[in-house]
Amino acid sequence: MSLIDMNKHEMITGEWDNRSIDGRIGDIVLDPNRHLEAKLPGLLGKLLPQNMRSPWFVMAGIGFVFVNILLLCVTILVLTGIGVWGNNQPVGWGFDIINFVWWIGIGHAGTLISAILLLLRNQWRNSINRFAEAMTIFAVMCAGMYPLLHTGRPWVAYWLFPYPNVMALWPQFRSPLIWDVFAVSTYFTVSLLFWYVGMIPDFATLRDRATSAIPRHVFGMLALGWTGSAKAWHRYMHASIMLAGLSAPLVLSVHSIVSFDFAMAIVPGWNTTIFPPYFVAGAVFAGFAMVIMFSIPIRKWYRLEDFITMKHFDWMAKVMLATGLIVAYGYMMETFYGWYSGQSAEMALLYNRGNLANTPYSWAFYSLILFNVVIPNFLWIPKVRQNLTALFWISLSVNIGMWFERYVIIPISLSRDYLPSSFGYYTPTIVDFGMFFGTIGFFVFMMFLFIRFLPMINMFEIKELWHHMSHHKEHGHDVVATGEAH
Amino acid sequence: MSSGRDTSPKPFGVVASFANPELLLEATRRASEAGYRRMDAYTPIPVEGLTDYLKFKDSRLGWITFLGGITGGSIGLWLEWWTSTSAYAHNSGGKPLMSWPMFFPVMYEATILFAAFGATFGMIALCGLPRPHQPVFNAEAMARASQDRFILCIEADDPNYDEKKISEFMKDLGAEEVESVMTTEGY
Repeated sequence: MSLIDMNKHEMITGEWDNRSIDGRIGDIVLDPNRHLEAKLPGLLGKLLPQNMRSPWFVMAGIGFVFVNILLLCVTILVLTGIGVWGNNQPVGWGFDIINFVWWIGIGHAGTLISAILLLLRNQWRNSINRFAEAMTIFAVMCAGMYPLLHTGRPWVAYWLFPYPNVMALWPQFRSPLIWDVFAVSTYFTVSLLFWYVGMIPDFATLRDRATSAIPRHVFGMLALGWTGSAKAWHRYMHASIMLAGLSAPLVLSVHSIVSFDFAMAIVPGWNTTIFPPYFVAGAVFAGFAMVIMFSIPIRKWYRLEDFITMKHFDWMAKVMLATGLIVAYGYMMETFYGWYSGQSAEMALLYNRGNLANTPYSWAFYSLILFNVVIPNFLWIPKVRQNLTALFWISLSVNIGMWFERYVIIPISLSRDYLPSSFGYYTPTIVDFGMFFGTIGFFVFMMFLFIRFLPMINMFEIKELWHHMSHHKEHGHDVVATGEAH
Repeated sequence: MSSGRDTSPKPFGVVASFANPELLLEATRRASEAGYRRMDAYTPIPVEGLTDYLKFKDSRLGWITFLGGITGGSIGLWLEWWTSTSAYAHNSGGKPLMSWPMFFPVMYEATILFAAFGATFGMIALCGLPRPHQPVFNAEAMARASQDRFILCIEADDPNYDEKKISEFMKDLGAEEVESVMTTEGY
């Protein structure tokens, strides 16, 4: 059987093993027919952060408008107080916490791709890890804004941290909210370090290619004087592996700890042990959806088809499908435990969620099931995974669905807990919506600034693949065509 | 400018550039066999096996990271223990003052945070960074060492250092360009 037949055979039967993928990884990321003859500088020219296309101005412009809406809403909020939000008794957590959890989740794909896939030596991650990591950073920034502003007095938000103070107070370390402070700030710091360390060799490349003084100095400082010395590379690779090893448990712990905010409380629908694993799966689910949604237009606008291939989308869609099924299992278990507990409040919650006839929130629950469980199941069909339009809309549906998941968890449970006399209904205000769309705009704006000024694809890893590939060809290995399904 | 120290340019080493990692690996192996010890290679990508030929071994970074983790975990747990049992000891829901299962998450996150500091800043420090100017940057070939050229530098403090001999040797090994590099005035 020739290599090409084997490739087809494996694609049909799904019998990919790691070794066969490793052998062909260069062919998957870089199209050999187009690139093996090409000179390396020309190839890298595509990856430099210099391309300004008109979509850039449109997207960054839209992002900028929404950043201003965000600033306006934050100003109103800080000047007036958090009463401008819809949060009120009995629903003390509204859009702020929904959006916080939603954004933290979106960040998780970046860490998963950069850490866990690095440890598993899945080299296909090379062309998507950099911007997935950038997404993590910006998503955690968006997330962090909400609890800080929810404190009501964000200028004293440092009170959250343990430090000796004249009030002689220390944080309550038994509270999941304090765990959150530690988890989220650690997550942000470690992600930032990992992102920065990953970019040092690329900063050196940009420093050496710079033709004018300002980029040369800025990238020169960011590169810290990186020479690419073999000794430095040795330590660098060591540090990368260790940072990946440290980030991997972080992926699992951060969203587990976020889920403790709910699971540690006695509110009906919150106090379940299924929360940590299903929150983590949900985070990866939403995160991959965001990576797909973002990489589809970027790939087209910046002509990155050789770097982000249809196989990447196929694999990302499969990760999304798998985590989506875990999430669906989570919903099933949540419902089962509610019923199995036999407790009246838990049973009433299930009724509140599921009864279409006379409960105020069932629309949210059924939207959740539609967007998060029904629609993603189309990813079982290989044709759908190869259709970028379909993939884009499914990913959007997953992101909406994951938002509804948090909406179902937070206001439904809070609006009707144990005391019927304090039942209520949650209505978000225009400031809530302004801040929500504002953070989306902030995220888009930051991502496009990142694309403009920093290398969005890891250049040294692509060079490594390129050399790996040319080496193979020189030694008489067959080069198999990529499975591009254009 | 400088006081006392001699900062006039001195020979730094001989820099040879190669077109691909295979040539560089071969050259490094041969240079090592020829008895050169004070040398380093500069490459745009990590090249596996180079450090073996350079006889370079350093496992300190793993220990630094480990120590970072231990420090973080201890500080985290100590902080929780001290604040909850003495600095601000108060009965919360009848739980023991030292409620260690509840103290695990913060300790865990602190361990990861400090270990990551250890790995990052340890790596930067062991590499001798930040150091924006380095003598080897005076080599013209270095402008491409971060892009598409693979460079071997035999440094002037090698006991067998002989500019002419090394230049010949490098050319025989297939170097595209060979140049001798001086340190910068004032450094």
